[in-house]
Amino acid sequence: MIAEQYLPVLILIGVALVVGGQFIVMGIALGPTDKSAVKKAPFEAGHLSQGTGFRRYSVRFYMVAMIFLIFDVEVIFFYPWAVKFRELGWMGFWELMTFMVILVLGLVYAWRKGALEWE
Amino acid sequence: MDMILDILTIPLVQAVIKILVFVLGFVMAVGTVLTLMERKWMSAVQDRIGPNRANIGKFTGHGALHIAADGVKSLLKEDTVPAGADRFLYLIAPLFSYFPAILVWAVIPFAGPIGSVTFQITDINTGLVFIFAVTSLGVYGAVLGGYASNNKYALLGAIRTSSQMLSYEVFLGLSLIGIFMVYGTVQVSKIVELQNTYWFDGLIPKWGIFTQPLAFFLFFTGMLAEAKRQPFDQPEGESEIIAGYYLEYSGARFSAYMLAEYVSIVAVSAITVTLFFGGYQIPWLFPDGFHLLGYSLALPPVVVALLQAGSFITKTLIFCWLIIIIRWTLPRFRFDQTMDLGWKKMLPLSMANLVVTALVLLLTA
Repeated sequence: MIAEQYLPVLILIGVALVVGGQFIVMGIALGPTDKSAVKKAPFEAGHLSQGTGFRRYSVRFYMVAMIFLIFDVEVIFFYPWAVKFRELGWMGFWELMTFMVILVLGLVYAWRKGALEWE
Repeated sequence: MDMILDILTIPLVQAVIKILVFVLGFVMAVGTVLTLMERKWMSAVQDRIGPNRANIGKFTGHGALHIAADGVKSLLKEDTVPAGADRFLYLIAPLFSYFPAILVWAVIPFAGPIGSVTFQITDINTGLVFIFAVTSLGVYGAVLGGYASNNKYALLGAIRTSSQMLSYEVFLGLSLIGIFMVYGTVQVSKIVELQNTYWFDGLIPKWGIFTQPLAFFLFFTGMLAEAKRQPFDQPEGESEIIAGYYLEYSGARFSAYMLAEYVSIVAVSAITVTLFFGGYQIPWLFPDGFHLLGYSLALPPVVVALLQAGSFITKTLIFCWLIIIIRWTLPRFRFDQTMDLGWKKMLPLSMANLVVTALVLLLTA
């Protein structure tokens, strides 16, 4: 039963691969190939490229990724509760509020520590 | 004849037919046409005619031929790989952009069921969780493309994309919890069905926009950011980082990225319509016909299904248009403003929305 339901998803993955792949295949098959060193140089608004393309970047991006991991995993815990919400009633509500307070405390902590600042 | 009917009752055959009609016949077609429509709307906003030169003899179709002309042109252009690029990742990165745009259609219903025939590719009972799972895959297309390009601007675009999409995913998930609570399910077909129930003696439909108005704005804003559309297009900001993660892409692979962007616009519109605007539902239209204030009009099931499919397509197209108009109305945010909006405003708001929804539901239960 479950497998039957997910089989169309597999077919759709195939469709997505074909739809995207046709561009890659046809582009390589039909386009001209006239390679030269200048053409292959990375485009940087007309300046000659200095060094490699991979550079050090701001630590803020890394911090966003860390905060995301924490919050996104915690959001998942809300889903089963939300679906069974009516049956759980007030008891479930207060339990989730406890969880929510911890979550908000985490957000406030990250905020106060300046992890969300981009200035 | 009987054999054909027998074959048609096999669920897998039905699924394949639905994929052909819905995804290839509708979604890809609309996505392709949108590439032209956006340029036409942009021209209208900027008070000019827009693309109108491609022709066969005297026939130009008001620019419609540009769809074919641009497609052929991009295929015949050279597909360059920059020096020092990670060739394999660079080659396959555009593929990842198609997964979210195409896979979400697996669970989106186009019309109500007629007997045992549904107009939804597959009715997974984890519907919305599945949608979140596949939309998260979209980040790979941009990040791998930018990372593999060996270009500083492309790398900046890639890390901007990852930060932006991760940030907006958090409250995207939170904003929909209100919807789960109101309808008590994550199955898309059931959510759409329950949006055909009514307040005040069958007067006002319980559409998501009426039961969860704040969630709609949070969700739609988040979806715009996930689709990297203005005002959230810092990952590809032309004036800051040239074109961001697809800067080095040319020819066919560039148009692969572009088409993926427009197909995701259609997908974003469809998800928004399905969750907040009743999906295929027309107000007061039930499987047996219209019912309003004691008056009723009986309709055969096929007509009802056609009306519903028409309503779903119309609503989706209206949202595609809205997303395009938003692009030509609002200026782009700065990147720090985007992150501030996501973490400091949208996230607390969606948490508050969750608590208020829970309180209201419990107090009125």
